[in-house]
Amino acid sequence: MQARVLLIRTAGTNCDRELAFAFERAGARVEEEHLLALRERPQRIREVDLVALPGGFTYGDDLGAGRILALELRRYLGDALGEHHERGGSLFGVCNGFQALVRAGLLPDLEGIHATLTWNRNHRFECRWVRLRVEAGLGHVLPAGSLLPAPVAHAEGRLVFRERGAPARLEEEGRIAFRYVDARGEPVEDWPACPNGSTAAIAGLVSASGRIVGLMPHPERNLSPAHLPDSRPGRWGDGTEGLAFFRGLLQPYGAGSPA
Amino acid sequence: MQEPAWRVELELLPEHSDPLGDEAARRLRQAGCPVAGRIRFLKGWLLPASLRLEEVERIARELLADPVVETWRILGPGQVPEDGERLLVVRRHAGVADPEAASARRALALLDITLPEGAWLESYRAWRLEGEAPDAEALLGAGGRALANPTIEDALPGSRVLALRRFEERPPAPGPQRVEVPVLERDPEALERLSREHGLALSREEMLAIQKHFRRLGREPSDVELETLAQTWSEHCKHKTLTGPVRLRVLDDRGGLKRERLFQNLLKETVFAATERLSPPWCWSVFRDNAGVVELTPETGIAVKVETHNHPSALEPYGGAGTGIGGVIRDILGTGRGARPFANLDVFCVGPAGLEAGDLPPGTLSPDRILEGVVAGVRDYGNRMGIPTVCGTVLRHPGYVANPLVFAGCVGEIPRACVDKEVHPGDVIVALGGRTGRDGIHGATFSSEALHEESESADSTAVQIGDPITEKKLLDVLLQARDRRLYRAVTDCGAGGFSSAVGEMGEETGAEVDLETVPLKYPGLSYAEVWISEAQERMVLAVPPERLQELLELCRAEEVEAVAIGRFTGDRRLVLRWHGEVVGELGMDFLHGGVPQPERPAEVVERDLPATPWPEPEEAPPGPLLHRVLEHPAVASKEWVVRQYDHEVQGGTLLKPYQGPEQCAPGDGAVLRPDPRRPEAVVLGCGLAPAVGLLDPWAGAACAIDEAVRNVVAAGGDPHRLALLDNFCWGDCRKPDRLGALVRAAEACYEAALAFGAPFISGKDSLNNEYRSGDREIPIPPTLLATAVAPLADGERAVPAFLQEAGDLLAVVGLTRPEGGASVASELLGLGDSRPPRPDLERAPSLVAALHAAQEAGLVRACHDLSEGGLAAAAAEMGFGTGLGAELDLAPLPAAGRLPVLAALFSETPTRFLVEIAPADLEAFERHLRGQPWAVLGRVLPEPLLRILDQGRDLLEEEVAALARSNGAAAPPPVPA
Repeated sequence: MQARVLLIRTAGTNCDRELAFAFERAGARVEEEHLLALRERPQRIREVDLVALPGGFTYGDDLGAGRILALELRRYLGDALGEHHERGGSLFGVCNGFQALVRAGLLPDLEGIHATLTWNRNHRFECRWVRLRVEAGLGHVLPAGSLLPAPVAHAEGRLVFRERGAPARLEEEGRIAFRYVDARGEPVEDWPACPNGSTAAIAGLVSASGRIVGLMPHPERNLSPAHLPDSRPGRWGDGTEGLAFFRGLLQPYGAGSPA
Repeated sequence: MQEPAWRVELELLPEHSDPLGDEAARRLRQAGCPVAGRIRFLKGWLLPASLRLEEVERIARELLADPVVETWRILGPGQVPEDGERLLVVRRHAGVADPEAASARRALALLDITLPEGAWLESYRAWRLEGEAPDAEALLGAGGRALANPTIEDALPGSRVLALRRFEERPPAPGPQRVEVPVLERDPEALERLSREHGLALSREEMLAIQKHFRRLGREPSDVELETLAQTWSEHCKHKTLTGPVRLRVLDDRGGLKRERLFQNLLKETVFAATERLSPPWCWSVFRDNAGVVELTPETGIAVKVETHNHPSALEPYGGAGTGIGGVIRDILGTGRGARPFANLDVFCVGPAGLEAGDLPPGTLSPDRILEGVVAGVRDYGNRMGIPTVCGTVLRHPGYVANPLVFAGCVGEIPRACVDKEVHPGDVIVALGGRTGRDGIHGATFSSEALHEESESADSTAVQIGDPITEKKLLDVLLQARDRRLYRAVTDCGAGGFSSAVGEMGEETGAEVDLETVPLKYPGLSYAEVWISEAQERMVLAVPPERLQELLELCRAEEVEAVAIGRFTGDRRLVLRWHGEVVGELGMDFLHGGVPQPERPAEVVERDLPATPWPEPEEAPPGPLLHRVLEHPAVASKEWVVRQYDHEVQGGTLLKPYQGPEQCAPGDGAVLRPDPRRPEAVVLGCGLAPAVGLLDPWAGAACAIDEAVRNVVAAGGDPHRLALLDNFCWGDCRKPDRLGALVRAAEACYEAALAFGAPFISGKDSLNNEYRSGDREIPIPPTLLATAVAPLADGERAVPAFLQEAGDLLAVVGLTRPEGGASVASELLGLGDSRPPRPDLERAPSLVAALHAAQEAGLVRACHDLSEGGLAAAAAEMGFGTGLGAELDLAPLPAAGRLPVLAALFSETPTRFLVEIAPADLEAFERHLRGQPWAVLGRVLPEPLLRILDQGRDLLEEEVAALARSNGAAAPPPVPA
């Protein structure tokens, strides 16, 4: 059986091409739909296993990254997405998609915790490769403790919580998916290994169900050794980690044969 | 028109640091303002007074603020804040685009709040002063310009009650609208005056030609007819100088005539001529469309275009550079039936760092401010478009203080079947994308004139702020419409607006346009304004009538505005109507062929410059000199710029601008794979050498081309498949010396293109880059930006530019010469004008071919071209962040004649590379390079040290990390812009 993935795009979505390719490489059948079309036919979501929100600058990120998209998702597709999740479907957001999931209140999915993805500590857009460590919360997708190198490319990726004890609670409840780590594998909050200054070095979150996943960096841009800043083995992984991640996301739905 | 408004002001909670506030404090202090305490940034909104308080509260909480990190306050209509005297507010001039407000307006519907018909919103920026500080009014007098650009914004104290205001609306006057501009009876002086007063930028000869034409017709022209001619005949659109007759006189130092040459059409006999002589089958479309197209695979071509946006960027750097990149992206979308953009490039030439207001000519912004602004402009536009900005540079020279240059380029992929377009009589003219406003009126004629002191205030409508999301939506529907064959031809609205776009598309057919059907941003535009507005994010399509409905439906589905505004005819006439009345009617022959082409004189002095007086290493110790070379702006790391660009989006970027384990070793060409399903990649590089051009314009152009070629070849691009682009940025070419240098540069283009077998496929010129202040006229240095692209059969074989493994051999490929004129080291050592480097066009092509063959055979582990700073700088850069080092001995370095030691280290002779080879591959490498000048100089060291010797004698030993620090490699990003 081949997993089915639906990419939602709208004005300003701009990482849909590479995300579609990554899911295809991982074995999925990928379709793309404009949010306005989906609004007319939300039942389309019933036909798929995983709904993905690609990166970009939806609506220019005016009023805050992913904010208008989050409002639209809740308003137009809230019920359909809720039902999709109820019956075992997955929801995945990368970069702007992750920002929308957080703004829509779908992540970190923990009562009493208020999170936002706000401006990087240096208040600049930054594009560079980082090393991500897979945390316990995402152990069902990739081996916990393994590394996933990927580039970041964002201005608003610093995860901040209203509650001081939030990181510890998230850790406890297994809601942390990825952390930024340095070359020795240690989590860091500081530039450059963590370009945005995210609290507790958190780069990605996962829901209680394990089926809502979001992260700031772009694993879909690491699909071959030629993508790496240094392709010599061992420096930045070996160029297979990105694909392994997408296969892991599709695993519950029968990934099919890789394209 | 003013109407009272709610004010909502958002601010970070006190426990959060506020980089935007800190940045404002830094700028104000730099401007000499006594600001002692902290400054906090506020984001402000004006909302219509008709909203209820509960609604405004909901809008603040659910739409505008981020409650996790922000707090906010709401001020009722007319309410003055208590801290108003300590609040600095910056708001846009009426009519300057405010995309955030447009988004907010749209988002209100999601909260079930509807605004009354015609109601508007506005966003603004504000800063609150804490601690000791003068009141806002006093502070803004001195420091307003540190926060606001007066061309597009006002700075005012927050105590002034802010009301929403709207662009002046003029109801259409009743009766006939056609405005006549009498020319028939004017004498030549009066015609010239008319051109000046109307901002037409037409010469006396051109005005006389127009007069003659209308005398023959027996009627006066209308305003829109004159405007159309001015746009179409502008230097910007028509390239009169480059395509006209030119007489070149080459003089020696004492004024004796060495050579004379008459060109009937300068471009045709130089740049085009090389392309025509070469005409390789892989050139699919050259010099006839918005971009040149060459083959990547038998089914797919790549379209490349580089543009400039100099004058707008001088006045408003952020908007100028953003709309520059936006414009060149539309050029790619408008090539053939549309190409899909996959890479951007940008090059900035600005004045030296650290200049303050007192050092600057009146009416100019500081070079640092300009650079910050243009980088931010390209960042915000390119990143939002989702096109990786992968290639470019920043060059500083005093000649650019008053007239900076902003080059923006774009590369797209296009199916072979989409390369050609045609317009059929009867096709509907559809305007697609953004709405038309008064923005950018007279951009084409403005860019064809020199800047002057008053440019800043007088030309503010020539400046505009881009809206990348509108353009992204346009891109999305355009490519779908292309694949569904919903249109036959497309072009972008650039300089000249509809007048150029429709005029060009309809050149062979004729066109009629009903100007009142064009969607407007706000009412009140005259028909002439509609016709020549350069509002951004618009394109024009030729749509077969039977496909119109489907196209409009597609556009509606993605919220892109598309409107039929006229049709293409078969009578080769351009007819403009306004509410049914004919307001303009021109024959296409006169419009496109009527411009007079006077012969222009060009003169160039071939200077006999002295040899470079390189000192001995004892007089100028190479170690400290290398640090200074690496610090020099020409060599210093541009990583702080590149990191702000998403150079990875689309997932096709293989070789990056900064590479290696620490991502800080500078690369040469960028390597991108447009289709992830296929192995073929594109290598992109550029070069420019204006300092060389000042000494010898031929050498400046040839060095620029050589550098672009080197960058591409170093990264693995195929030198047998090189395509070139030219961008000439020059001074006022009505002056013979400026034009003389241009002609020599064009001759260099011809010779270099033939030598490398690399045709020019597209080009653009921007002349009149001069600044006038009183009786001073300051031209920019003659600047040719050369861009090169070549395919790489398998992107996985791209060659990195950083050290790979200790024990590998390091070889220099190419001959080093002692000419050091205009080199970084000669400038730092104060050696004065001396003979500049010139590429050896006889030998360079076979050298790069041999190197490429060795790369193809897998024998080159790393390769870096030698450019600014020469061998020593290149050797240092290859080690940045690698944990490795290099040891080189200069003794075997292939040289022409006796080479001073400092020349060996720092000469910038073109066509040279530093190459890393595995010891086991040496013999095979040797076979490929047989007959070429090359030598192994040393090896990669396991420790991060750069050691250079001369016949065993130590010249220099430096830690790579210290060299990297001098270069600014891997430095943390500077404060925000």
